[in-house]
Amino acid sequence: MNTASAGTLESGDILIQIAPSEKPGIEIELQSPVAAQFGRQIKAVIEETLGGLEVNNVYVKAVDKGALDCTIRARVSAAAVRATGKDVWKD
Amino acid sequence: MRNSKVVTLEEAIRRSGLHDGCTISFHHHFRGGDKVVNMVVDKLAEMGFKDLHLAASSLSDVHAPLIDHIRSGVITRISTSGLRGELATAISHGLLKEPVIFRSHGGRGSAIACGELPIDVAFLGASSADPLGNACGYSRSENAKSICGSLGYALPDARYAKHVVVITDDLVEYPNMPMSIAASDVESVVVVDSVGDSSKISSGAIRDSKNPRDILLAKQAAKVVINSGYFNDGFSIQTGTGGASLAVVKYIHESMLAKGIKASFALGGITAHMVKLHEEGLIGKLIDVQSFDKVAAESIKDDMFHQEVSAVDYASGVHKGSAVHALDIVILSALEVDVDFNVNVLVGSDGVIRGAIGGHQDTAADSALSIIVCPLLRGRIPCVVPRVTTLITPGKSVDVVVTEYGIAVNPARADIREKLEAAGLNIVDIHSLAAKAEAIIGKPDPLPFKERVVGIVMNRDGEVLDEIHEIE
Repeated sequence: MNTASAGTLESGDILIQIAPSEKPGIEIELQSPVAAQFGRQIKAVIEETLGGLEVNNVYVKAVDKGALDCTIRARVSAAAVRATGKDVWKD
Repeated sequence: MRNSKVVTLEEAIRRSGLHDGCTISFHHHFRGGDKVVNMVVDKLAEMGFKDLHLAASSLSDVHAPLIDHIRSGVITRISTSGLRGELATAISHGLLKEPVIFRSHGGRGSAIACGELPIDVAFLGASSADPLGNACGYSRSENAKSICGSLGYALPDARYAKHVVVITDDLVEYPNMPMSIAASDVESVVVVDSVGDSSKISSGAIRDSKNPRDILLAKQAAKVVINSGYFNDGFSIQTGTGGASLAVVKYIHESMLAKGIKASFALGGITAHMVKLHEEGLIGKLIDVQSFDKVAAESIKDDMFHQEVSAVDYASGVHKGSAVHALDIVILSALEVDVDFNVNVLVGSDGVIRGAIGGHQDTAADSALSIIVCPLLRGRIPCVVPRVTTLITPGKSVDVVVTEYGIAVNPARADIREKLEAAGLNIVDIHSLAAKAEAIIGKPDPLPFKERVVGIVMNRDGEVLDEIHEIE
């Protein structure tokens, strides 16, 4: 697995950076203007998406600019595909 | 000249009899370009004053240096219409021991006039003044350095403060006429290099929003206005300055031309858009409490039917002749609207203060038709919510809410609903808008508010409407 990223810092988007980690599980560092109200949900969406792609033992840095869940899923998937080289959209 | 009142700032302060615990006041007509508040409070700190109450018509990003003066005990109380930037954030996190008192522009004017907000010394920036204190928000001299147009928010201070210091960057020959602040109200005149950066009032040029959502919202709001029953020859109108509000004027403009309808007056913060319609003969008169850009400021100088008005005559709730009582239609923005049509324009959905009451409460309450224009969501932030974070304008004052997902009409205004439905507009229940927002973004966790109160929101009659709590 490599370090990879997807997304931008535009309003309504989220920048996801994924790096392999020695620690087991998924570690998420989140910066968001809506962290107090939606931080829990944003992290849950990231974990769920990575879980669905069977990506584990990663460090995720997420810089959120007010993205909706669909955007978060798309950016996390793209970053994971780039990091693992496993194209989940091919089949 | 004989009897000149020109002195240094330090001498003016000394003469004013100011002492610890007093109330000092300021206007915010230079908005982001204001230099007077920081200049005066720096001087007061240098002279050793403590425990002062700062009563400004509003405060913004440029007033971040007040943070140090609060820490050192020079300023211990604040009254204002709004707070923005670092100062607002620091106060939201508990910087000031006493809660900030927030009043609308009309509420502040009447509080000053009725003695609820007594001012000891008013420090009023002016773009021109003569040695006796006749002062104005523009200058006709060759040495003009600044322009802010209307001095509407400063006029109650000038009239009712115990002591008035005019601060100008253009001392002109007596008599400085026509004047906004009359010499008989003024004790001292101070000449400085600059009272404000006029370029920061706003960009000065008319720029139409290119944001497609703003354009959609503006078109919908214009349809509400046109079909409301109030869009008749001789109607009157006020708008905010947000992208969508400004764009509404553009679409109403087209309809006025098409139908041959003219407005009798436009009120409030006056923009270049309104000046343009006035110059085209579509708006008879402009009643200007605050010039929102350089075009408006120049117009008030040159056009006799562009009239400056004090905050009291603009929007007082207790003075029954104030202009809002004659206003037909107002178009306003919102940070949040709730299912009871209550509006918040002061506290962000992160719990941090980031706005101003302005004339929101006043115009919504006294206009015949109040229209709130706001998107359903801003990023992940919902604008139609079950309950507003902070109550600013009560729902009974709000008639119509325009969003890109439909138009909600206050159940108390069945007459309006009928007219808009007949015109084929997409009328929806406000509860369905809140539900739609929640379906897209999820249910937000509660904000981490603490016990301590950092702000008190007054209604325009001088009663407490809501409290703002410290946020983590």
